[in-house]
Amino acid sequence: MEIDREDGRTPNQLRPLACSRNILHRSHGSASWSQGDTKVLAAVYGPKAGTKKNENPEKACFEVIWKPKTGQIGKVEKEYELILKRTIQSICVLTVNPNTTTSVIIQVVHDDGSLLPCAINAACAALVDAGIPMKHLAVAICCCLADNGYAVLDPNKLEEKKMTALAYLVFPNTTLSVLPEGSSLVEDEPVEHGIITSVTHGVMSVDDYFLCVENGRAATASLSAFFRKNFQQSQRDPSKAG
Amino acid sequence: MGLPDSSQDLTSEMEVDAFRRIFPLRFFERHLSESLRPDARPLDKARDTIVNLGLVSTADGSALAKIGSTTMLAAIRMEVMTPSTESPDEGCIAVEFHMPPICSPIVRPGRPAEAAPVISKRLSDTILSSGMIDLTELCLVSGKAAWMGYLDIYCLDADGALFDAALLSAVVAFSNLQIPVVALNDNGRIVAITNEKEQDNASIIEKEAVNKEKRKLTLKNIPFSLTCILHKNYILADPTTEEESIMDTLVTVVLDSSDQMVSFYKSGGEALAYSSSIKSCVELARKRAKELKEILGEMDVD
Repeated sequence: MEIDREDGRTPNQLRPLACSRNILHRSHGSASWSQGDTKVLAAVYGPKAGTKKNENPEKACFEVIWKPKTGQIGKVEKEYELILKRTIQSICVLTVNPNTTTSVIIQVVHDDGSLLPCAINAACAALVDAGIPMKHLAVAICCCLADNGYAVLDPNKLEEKKMTALAYLVFPNTTLSVLPEGSSLVEDEPVEHGIITSVTHGVMSVDDYFLCVENGRAATASLSAFFRKNFQQSQRDPSKAG
Repeated sequence: MGLPDSSQDLTSEMEVDAFRRIFPLRFFERHLSESLRPDARPLDKARDTIVNLGLVSTADGSALAKIGSTTMLAAIRMEVMTPSTESPDEGCIAVEFHMPPICSPIVRPGRPAEAAPVISKRLSDTILSSGMIDLTELCLVSGKAAWMGYLDIYCLDADGALFDAALLSAVVAFSNLQIPVVALNDNGRIVAITNEKEQDNASIIEKEAVNKEKRKLTLKNIPFSLTCILHKNYILADPTTEEESIMDTLVTVVLDSSDQMVSFYKSGGEALAYSSSIKSCVELARKRAKELKEILGEMDVD
């Protein structure tokens, strides 16, 4: 019994991805990321001197500002800011530029479902564009559960409303290495199977959650490949440098 | 001062308190290798939990929850409001989490804590999505009047695992809630009936209590949460503030009474969560949910 999605996608199919970097001229790094109709713009300014109060001066500090498309900033935006900040802190190398603050500004251009993963992907691309040192990328995906227990990836807004539960999952990107496979296993699982961030809404059984995680892991391969292709394209084109 | 590598020499010369402050991670790892924590708790044990009901007499429902030193005071006030047109038979709950300066040295007046609105939203999401409260029970007159419950949770002492203690205090406050008796007066408005003085019996007879029977909410699927720290291959249940500041990977698992997962919240952190860690955290959360159910059962909650 398969799920029929309105736009004709299969349950594991993502919406068309588009990413362009270096679109803003004043910022040190910028990127726009869209998944279907959901579009998010991210800008990175930094590293700037000094850290904020209560932050460890021996490490680099990150601040995230989330601007919704309309309306005032409320608790929803504050939660997204904190999730994004902690995710970025876990992927960046904090010891390279101690006692500095890097600002990441997220502007929501259009929200058609799966907004937080889109923003995390955009922030990653913008950080790469700014040249902030990172251990690996954060690849984010939204996986939701329908009534009949099927997991569906990358829902749009209408699908999100109909689903019983959803999970936003962030994984490290898949690695392409010349080393043999055995060297990248942690606890018998490859490094890219570890979850950096997970936020769930709605009630689901523990097995359903593992199902979402499995589907999410499978999707990170295609997202990582997209990231890699996108970054390599602009590298090979010297006229785009600077 | 020697280099960190030669800290073995320093440990014999330094006092324990100084070592704890200067090399906090090493201090904790020495304990973790013996499967203990500085407060002599085993890794999978949560701190002592105490719950008290009905402390705030001016509120319609209140509770105080203490997990170790973390103290949360929850109070609910009910007000009548007009329900929205999309859901005319449903009331509403507004959850607000406050961190006043009394709770922690890093919270100063005029500068709200970063964590407060985030915990507010998480609590609100958890309480509403767990289905603990049936919003249709808050309806008085369909389409015209329904209850709005303002749940305020004040953190009195922030010593780690804030979300767990806040959720526990919210759940107990809801079980303690006594919905005020109201009546429909001549103008078609809902007024509260007070017990103090019956002015004239004539007017009281006209006002019939609209909700004499249902004064308490039925709570089903109560959510219980447990926060754990993932550090290398150790999992520490119910961290204190000191542990949270040194090892920054926190995972919060919320399970409800029918063993469904209401929330699995991990927000960044140095350690990644692999399937084995997820399974262990869920197991610890199940054990904790049993403990909390017993504690609530002792207090005759539900």
